[in-house]
Amino acid sequence: MVMHRFANPARFLRFAAVALPWFSAAAVLCMAAGLAFGLFVSPADYQQGETVRIMYVHVPSAWMAMFAYTVVAGGSISALVWKHPLGEIVARAAAPIGTGFTLVCLVTGALWGKPMWGAWWVWDARLTSVLVLFFLYLGYMALLGAFDDPVRGGRAASILAIVGLVNVPIIKWSVDWWNTLHQPASVARMDGPAIHSSMLVPLLLMAAGFACYFAAVLLLRVRAEVAARRIRTLRLAAMEAES
Amino acid sequence: MIDRLAAFLAMGGHGGFVWGAYATAAIVLLAILAASLLRVQREERALQRLAEAGGRRGGRARGPAGPAA
Repeated sequence: MVMHRFANPARFLRFAAVALPWFSAAAVLCMAAGLAFGLFVSPADYQQGETVRIMYVHVPSAWMAMFAYTVVAGGSISALVWKHPLGEIVARAAAPIGTGFTLVCLVTGALWGKPMWGAWWVWDARLTSVLVLFFLYLGYMALLGAFDDPVRGGRAASILAIVGLVNVPIIKWSVDWWNTLHQPASVARMDGPAIHSSMLVPLLLMAAGFACYFAAVLLLRVRAEVAARRIRTLRLAAMEAES
Repeated sequence: MIDRLAAFLAMGGHGGFVWGAYATAAIVLLAILAASLLRVQREERALQRLAEAGGRRGGRARGPAGPAA
């Protein structure tokens, strides 16, 4: 299994060294193209006017907020169930990036909601479930550092991350299950995207840019996490040698 | 020219909302990137120092001699 091969941190770091420049370059290129199309080429919406351009940062950050949480939960499952050394490292590394995407989603949503709905915030199912996602991220990161023993902290945080995974489909289908002020999906629909290509192209470019940004920063943070663990191991070995 | 630029920045009277959203995204993503770069640099330097110190003690401590990547 491919996943299994990369579960070895040393092998993962070799992969990271090759992949990091590619993801970084792709992130810059996709975002630059996405901004150019989104700000200059794509038209204003016939109902929403220019505020529709907020979509090009709001929607990709919402997608990545959910995707990053799935990565945190997936890493936590592999750490708890299969004891993959890389599982928890990846989960820890992805959480702050996901928190950032969720924050961007919430703030840009408020900035879009005020001119279009007349309110910065409404307690509808979509907005509330994304706010819950934000608190799940914060809770996960708080639990990681809440115990003197990092292994116990990691286990408690992993359990929270896995339980919280139930929130991701709730966010996705909240707009169908409940009567929300938030609009339903326009891109990921069974009958194809209900959005004109002049808006779909910048949206997908920005989404690809955000995804590559996530991958690049994730690789960086995994590198830092692996180094931090090696430092801990070396210190323990040195202490044992002295005693 | 100036008029067109002003119209572009005004975003149909919603400039504050549109540019505020883009600025939020830029600030958050750049801050996370910067924090992550600083952390990698700090941890990998510390690891290198520790590995070198371990090597001087006669290679008692396990681990690679250089940064992880």
